[in-house]
Formats: sequence, C-alpha cells, structure tokens
Amino acid sequence: MGFFSRHRSAENAKERLQLVLIHDRTDLSPGQLEALKDDLLKAISGYIDIDPQAVQIRLERDGRSQRLVADIPLRSVSRRRAG
Amino acid sequence: MTAQIITVTSGKGGVGKTTAVANLATALAADGRKVVCIDGDIGLRNLDVVMGLENRIVYDIVDVIEGRCKLRQAMIRDKHYPELYLIPAAQTRDKNAVSASDMKRICNEIKPDADFILIDSPAGIERGFRNAIAPADRVLVITNPEVSAVRDADRVVGILEAEEKGNPSLILNRLNPALVRNNDMLSAEDVLDLLGIHLIGIVPEDEAVIIGSNRGAPVVTDARSRAGQAFRNIAKRLQGEEVPFMDLYSQGGFWGALQKWTRRK
Ligand SMILES: Nc1ncnc2c1ncn2[C@@H]1O[C@H](COP(=O)(O)OP(=O)(O)O)[C@@H](O)[C@H]1O
Ligand SMILES: [Mg+2]
Repeated sequence: MGFFSRHRSAENAKERLQLVLIHDRTDLSPGQLEALKDDLLKAISGYIDIDPQAVQIRLERDGRSQRLVADIPLRSVSRRRAG
Repeated sequence: MTAQIITVTSGKGGVGKTTAVANLATALAADGRKVVCIDGDIGLRNLDVVMGLENRIVYDIVDVIEGRCKLRQAMIRDKHYPELYLIPAAQTRDKNAVSASDMKRICNEIKPDADFILIDSPAGIERGFRNAIAPADRVLVITNPEVSAVRDADRVVGILEAEEKGNPSLILNRLNPALVRNNDMLSAEDVLDLLGIHLIGIVPEDEAVIIGSNRGAPVVTDARSRAGQAFRNIAKRLQGEEVPFMDLYSQGGFWGALQKWTRRK
C-alpha cells in the first residue's frame, strides 16, 4: 500500500456506500443487475439493431429514490444499408 | 397539553441513541418542558445509568404492562428537573413482554400531561425497534460518519418509509472535525447526500460525553462542552426554534484565536 492510499479514505467510504446503498435499497445484487442487463439486451435486440458494446445500463440515485437508466444508441437503417 | 412522541433509533448499536435521549430530554427539561423518557431497550437497560437514576428504580415498564404497579409509580423523577421522568426498561424479562400496542397505550396515558415523550430504541430492526417506533409522531435516526453505521441508518430510513412513519430527521453523532478536514472521515454533507433525509443536528466527538456518562450527568449540563451545545441546539429545534448549525471546523488554540482575530473586521 503506497503512501497516498492511506489517506483520503473518506472518498473511499463514500464511493463504497453509494454502491452498497443502491443494492440494499433495490434488493438487487450486483450479479442480478448483470443478469438483468443481459436479459434487457436480448429483449431489445429482438426488435431493433443495437450495438451491445455501446449500451449503458446502470442504477442511479436521486435523493432517496433509485432509477434504472439505460442509454441504448440505435443503429440507423440508412447506415446499415450503406455499411 | 398533548405530548409530541419522539423515538431515537439507529439500526446499528453503540452509535449514541441512549446518549441522545438522555441529553435531549435533559435539555428540553432545562427549557421548562415536561418530559417523559421511556427506555425501550428491554433486557439491556441503560438510560437509567446515563441519566444517573439507577438507584431510584422500583418498578419498570413491564411491571406497568403486567399490572403490578400504576404508570405513575414506574415514572422516576429526575434529580435536578422536577418535570423530567424516566420509565425504565425491564432488565430481566423476556423481550416479548412488551408489544407495540402496550407502547401506544402507555404513551396515550402520558400524552395529556407532558410536552415530550422520548423513546430510546434498542439496536436492530426487530420487535424492540418496532415497539419503539409504533407510537412515534416523529423519528430521529442517529448515525456516526462510518460506513456500517450509515448503511444501517439507511435500512432504518427505508423501513420507516415503508411503514409511512413520516419523514425522519438525522442526528449525525461523533463527527471528528480534524478527521473530516484530513479527508479521513465522511463529512456531514457526504452523509446527508447518501441518506437523503432532513438533518436536525451534528454532534461532535467529545470526551465530555464519556465523563458525563461516568457521573450520570448528561453532557448538556456542561456549559462548555461542544457536544452539549449541539444537543441543546437540537432540543431547541425540536421545540420549533430555528437555530443555526455550529461551526465545528473553526480551530481552537492559538491558531484558532489568531484566525478569529484576523477574520474580525
Ligand atoms: N458525541 C460523542 N462523543 C464521544 N462519545 C460518545 C458520543 N456519543 C456517544 N458516545 C459514547 O458512545 C458509546 C455508545 O453510546 P450509546 O448512547 O450507549 O449508544 P447506543 O444507545 O446507540 O447503543 C457510549 O460509551 C457513549 O458515551
Ligand atoms: Mg442504548
């Protein structure tokens, strides 16, 4: 452990708490969240063409409420034809 | 008169529930309010020693519930404030001796004759905690600026939300300003941002708290203690007064004096 890592542990505490609280509040473990993401991707790809690498799905905190935020860039039809 | 019923709870043990109840009750009594404290920690009675009343106990809350005495007989009068009372927890009986409706009934009986009823909750989120919050008009969640204490406080706030117990207020206890300055302790802002509830007070870490509890004299009776001042401020806020938050970060000693002096116009 380096010199600096012994300090500023408050940031560490806050980051860890942010994650722990989100999972506690939603009763969703990190593993379940990953499974949810996979299922969502599968469901969406059945209708539209998406790039799984570009998709971002995460839990966000807003005061005392949580939201599941998904940012899913869609490939446009014209691009697909051109490509 | 109709008393406001306030429960202090935390999830985690040892964060300062009993200390807060003893101090808030004493500060309210010092402000001329009629206050009854109830120790809800059945089997782990402690509010009596923190208030210095352990030698006066004859009956306890289970004696009231099981009809061995009248409510009045179990109300121990404080040594200094004639309108401050304690109803002690039972020390030997099993926890199931008290139910939520017993707590409500006792509070209803006291309500017309008091300004405040303060309930000290046990740690945890089981029966004793449920009993303690059942009669509450208002809940104060107390925590320390540490990961496990904040996590447990969040669980409790979640349960209070689910039970529709109104919006709880937060007491952040044992804040160490020097550690916060060095970024080695969560700040009040951090904890508030994480928990997302209303803040009613920040109590600094203060050895006067321990000295007070050794003597059975809550720290609010020590005019010079910072923690005592913080608890007195919270008591004022409970009475509806607006009191500015203390500046916990101003440094004492020579440099502090110098800084204050140079800041003066
Ligand atoms: N602000 C404070 N500064 C220093 N010590 C404190 C402070 N608040 C509480 N303590 C100490 O912490 C310990 C636990 O407090 P207590 O009120 O018994 O917690 P709880 O009732 O939540 O279990 C006690 O020894 C008490 O004196
Ligand atoms: Mg206690």
